[in-house]
Amino acid sequence: MTAPSTSPDDFRHPTTVRVTARFPGPRLLRIWETEPGLKGWFSSVDHKEIGLRYIVTAFAFLLLGGVEALVMRLQLTRPGEHLLTPEQYDQLFTMHGVSMIFLYASPILSGFSNYLWPLLLGARDMAFPRLNAFSYWVYVAAGLFMYAGFVVGQGPNAGWFNYVPYAAKPFNPGVNIDVFALGLILLGISTTVGAANFVVTFLRLRAPGMSINRVPILIWGTLTASVANLLAVPAVSLACFLLWMDRQWGTHFFDAGQGQPLLWQHLFWMFGHPWVYAIVLPAMGMVSDGLPTFCRRPLVGYTPVALATVGTMALGFGVWVHHMFATGLPSLALGFFSGASIIITLPSAVAVFAWTATIWTGRPVFTTAFLFFASMIVLFVIGGVSGFMTGSVPVDWQLTDTYFVVAHLHYVLIGINVFPIAGAIYYWFPKFTGRRLSERLGVWNFWTMFVGFNLGFFPMHLLGLMGMPRRIYTYAPDMGWDLPNLIVSIGSFLFALGILLLLINVVVSLKRGRPAGPNPWGAPTLEWAVPSPPPPYNFAVIPQIESRHPLWEAELGESPRRSSIEEGLLLDVGRETIGTSPLDGRPTLILQMPEDTLAPFVLTLGIAAVFVGLLLHVWWLVGAGVAVIAAALMAWFWPRRRQITPEGVEPADE
Amino acid sequence: MAAPASLPASGPAWPMGYLATFGPRADPATALTWGLMDISIAVVVIVTVLVVAGALLRRVSARGPMPAASPGGKGGLAWIAIGCALTTATLLISLVWTVQVLARIDSPATKPGLTIEITGHQWWWEARYQPDQPGGAFTTANELHIPTGQPVRLKVTSADVIHSFWVPALTGKTDTIPGRVNLGWMQADRAGVYRGQCTEYCGEEHAKMALYVVAEPPARFDAWRQAELAPAAATALPGQTIFEARCGACHSVRGTSAGGVVGPDLTHLMSRRTIASGILPNDVASLSGWIANPQALKPGAAMPATNLNGAELTQVVAYLETLK
Amino acid sequence: MSDAALSQAPLPDDALPLGACGKNSVGWWGVLCLIATEGSLFAYLLFSYAYMAVQRGQAWLPEPHPSLSLAGPNTLILLASSVAVWWGEEGVKRQRRGQHIAGLGIGIGLGLIFLVVQAFEWKTKTFGLTSGSYGSLFFTITGFHMAHVVVGVCMLTAVLAWSLMGYFSPRHHARVTVAAIYWHFVDVVWLCVFSAFYLSPYLMG
Repeated sequence: MTAPSTSPDDFRHPTTVRVTARFPGPRLLRIWETEPGLKGWFSSVDHKEIGLRYIVTAFAFLLLGGVEALVMRLQLTRPGEHLLTPEQYDQLFTMHGVSMIFLYASPILSGFSNYLWPLLLGARDMAFPRLNAFSYWVYVAAGLFMYAGFVVGQGPNAGWFNYVPYAAKPFNPGVNIDVFALGLILLGISTTVGAANFVVTFLRLRAPGMSINRVPILIWGTLTASVANLLAVPAVSLACFLLWMDRQWGTHFFDAGQGQPLLWQHLFWMFGHPWVYAIVLPAMGMVSDGLPTFCRRPLVGYTPVALATVGTMALGFGVWVHHMFATGLPSLALGFFSGASIIITLPSAVAVFAWTATIWTGRPVFTTAFLFFASMIVLFVIGGVSGFMTGSVPVDWQLTDTYFVVAHLHYVLIGINVFPIAGAIYYWFPKFTGRRLSERLGVWNFWTMFVGFNLGFFPMHLLGLMGMPRRIYTYAPDMGWDLPNLIVSIGSFLFALGILLLLINVVVSLKRGRPAGPNPWGAPTLEWAVPSPPPPYNFAVIPQIESRHPLWEAELGESPRRSSIEEGLLLDVGRETIGTSPLDGRPTLILQMPEDTLAPFVLTLGIAAVFVGLLLHVWWLVGAGVAVIAAALMAWFWPRRRQITPEGVEPADE
Repeated sequence: MAAPASLPASGPAWPMGYLATFGPRADPATALTWGLMDISIAVVVIVTVLVVAGALLRRVSARGPMPAASPGGKGGLAWIAIGCALTTATLLISLVWTVQVLARIDSPATKPGLTIEITGHQWWWEARYQPDQPGGAFTTANELHIPTGQPVRLKVTSADVIHSFWVPALTGKTDTIPGRVNLGWMQADRAGVYRGQCTEYCGEEHAKMALYVVAEPPARFDAWRQAELAPAAATALPGQTIFEARCGACHSVRGTSAGGVVGPDLTHLMSRRTIASGILPNDVASLSGWIANPQALKPGAAMPATNLNGAELTQVVAYLETLK
Repeated sequence: MSDAALSQAPLPDDALPLGACGKNSVGWWGVLCLIATEGSLFAYLLFSYAYMAVQRGQAWLPEPHPSLSLAGPNTLILLASSVAVWWGEEGVKRQRRGQHIAGLGIGIGLGLIFLVVQAFEWKTKTFGLTSGSYGSLFFTITGFHMAHVVVGVCMLTAVLAWSLMGYFSPRHHARVTVAAIYWHFVDVVWLCVFSAFYLSPYLMG
């Protein structure tokens, strides 16, 4: 047995080894596993654990937001209902939007992406494991922060879009809006660092041979969303900060007298529109990777779909004004943004054609996952065409701020986020847990969700065309709105039952699901090469990739060489993974990954203290928080000396 | 919130709908709405049929192990090419049509002879009429009258937060933004009563901020305008004294000492079909109930409980009934 | 070392460096992401300034031609500090400890001088944070920039301390590179802010 040869300085010729019955032994496990107990739980930087936490937490917010919606539907089932006061209704619809759009829609995708990315890319972890843990803790802190106000009856009440002047101090003197503004800034920190993590992981942590035209579409989706978030989130964080300044210190950014109320809308939607693409493109990527598995063939048009993903997001930065068509802007601006909003339909539609073609030229297998992935195509198109209609300015002047837009946004969000996520749960649950979900219950689950959703939301198109405005806590009879509202309420409860069936399937199958091996679906991508659930180190050896579908190479004959998964580079001196070049995936260095640490959690506590102090004007708390932040950052970034040991060079940062 | 009793019994089934509109500001957009909707329905039907048919026709049984993967049938990329070509053509047609309609409804064919300055308040509508001749200005609230067959210029702003002015049968939405005047116009080619409502969330009672536009032949409109211009006739009713003392701080009645501008101008209150911004019929019972306890009907409204005793209330309502 | 069936073939290409170094590090890409997002933040701040200026018109400026007597030299001071930090980074690359320490130290010093001069300049303004939208924007945007300078000074100080403790080498000094890039970014942002507030009014006539 030879130790891997090392230079005394800092080079290594890593050896290539083959996985056998005796290798990997316990060594890799010892290096990578999280220590048990509370300390391990708070200090873990394992992307799979973080991913699962994101998924569970996001689902909790989905359920909270769903309950808020059901209570609102009870109020709106009949005209003139008195279940809720106007103030209660206003807080409910605000928290419903906040919970769904901010606390569920993006974090659920972060959760799946966090878990899957290193497995899809052939890596051992994300580029910044500690930052990963930090982004989760801050997300939890932001969610708790925003709900804390709601729980004591002082929740945000000006809508998830929070327009001024209604959100300004003279009209909203309580702490509600400050909870919103500061909470959203806090959440923005989580989103931003998470986005940076995905971008750098994509650029440097792919397995050798995984050139950028070989990565799964989910990678393109999340990458695109992450680049967009880096550039877009500052707009809303800034808007919230400027509003907080107006409210606390009397600055003049948004007031009608010396500021500009419309500035809020510009800043908000310059973030908000890219955001709505960021919360669907990764989910579309899941469909682009999952649907082909159940059609037993590769996705039709990988390159057009990848390009369309990036193109949609890029165009998405140029359409924000379509949320402001009624604000009295000059005709030239209206024409330009209307044109862009209509044109953006094209790249969004490429995926629809690709998926349909994949079904027609493949052999579809009707699993529950397939049902969700295929049905979302129809829901996508319904949501897409209602968006196309509102993209035309004269039409939008009638449709905007009516239930037509409510129908549109729910078809795109539930159709292009929730339904793919449901499919993703059925698809990847075996990989996460080693058990399958029940297909029998799955069929009931699917149809209840599908029928319930359409029953609950299709009539909203009609309500919109009948002129029912948004965000009203009650309505007059004799408007023609009574019957559709009743149907909507019934459908919503049916849809909620569908979600409940999904939860039941998950809970029951965790204990009693059929055991699943590494690749129960016969799928093509790398995550299906490792055991279910994967070991903490993901891959025993670093794979060498030669095609887009490493596990289908025998059947597809895509490339002259075969990927090597069972035999590859041995990296087991501490936590190590391979760093590769951005375009071609050539190995360029051995990355030394950090150990578990409490620094991300402690840093979050410091930041939370700062934000609570700012909210309540408790300045010593702000000071204490800053001190904790400084200490945590020093501990995090403190370098370690490089030492040579008999086993090789000890991990060290620089 | 019952519909006002004085509306014609054969009112539209959808008072707030806009698939049928009645003026040149709205009609071209309505045609475009129908056109884009027809395109949309066609697209949804086609895609649904393709997806469902494809899945059913090409399916293999889910029992047993998964069938082997294969490179799949040929011609997949053609789907994308054809789909993109059809989509592009449809989008371009829609875009051209959109721009045409935008240009057409941007301004009226003839110069408007009447300007109405609309100010949104939490939660009612102020309307100041500015005809071309000097001395012809007056203020009213919540019910606008316009002559048929003529364009009316709208200057729209807000006294507090952002609202949105919308009368679906006649015109698209225009936001009312404090510190800014947005321009619009509308025209009714058919006489009738058209309902509108605020369509930008503006606080607690955003749901109860409706308005009515009464379009009538020019002769009848002129008569209405002359009546509105005149101040209220003086009365010797005890209710007038109570009104001036207890309500005058917020409400105006021209011809009396009541000159408040916080709430709606009530000089010709009885000429309106509704009260409280379109949510109650303008009859004695509703008026009494509203004055006695506005918070019960519109919680959060700026009008406080007036604490009038029974006799005072009857007298005030009797006085208000004279404001025709 | 491990129960592995070893294949004796080494990598066909050169051996791999161990641990990140310089531009090969993930930290370098990470700070680029940070610069992208913080740069966007300043872009939105300057957009707000431009939007307000367009909406409000020429009369909105409290002083038609803002004085450059403090801000001008201060800009040069900040530029000089960037040069010093760059020089210090060159020092660590070439293993010249004196240059390394001096460069960082001078850079920090000049950064602190920048902060002091700016605070002084704030006091000379006739308008305040709540005077109007110009005042709100001026102090908020320059304040954001100052906050970034403070963060940069803290980063450079930490890096200087670690340098004195001997943690860095010509091969492994990614923290120095990261702090230096961030510092240069802060400098570029100042040039944009300076152009917007101090130079553009002159261009408007």
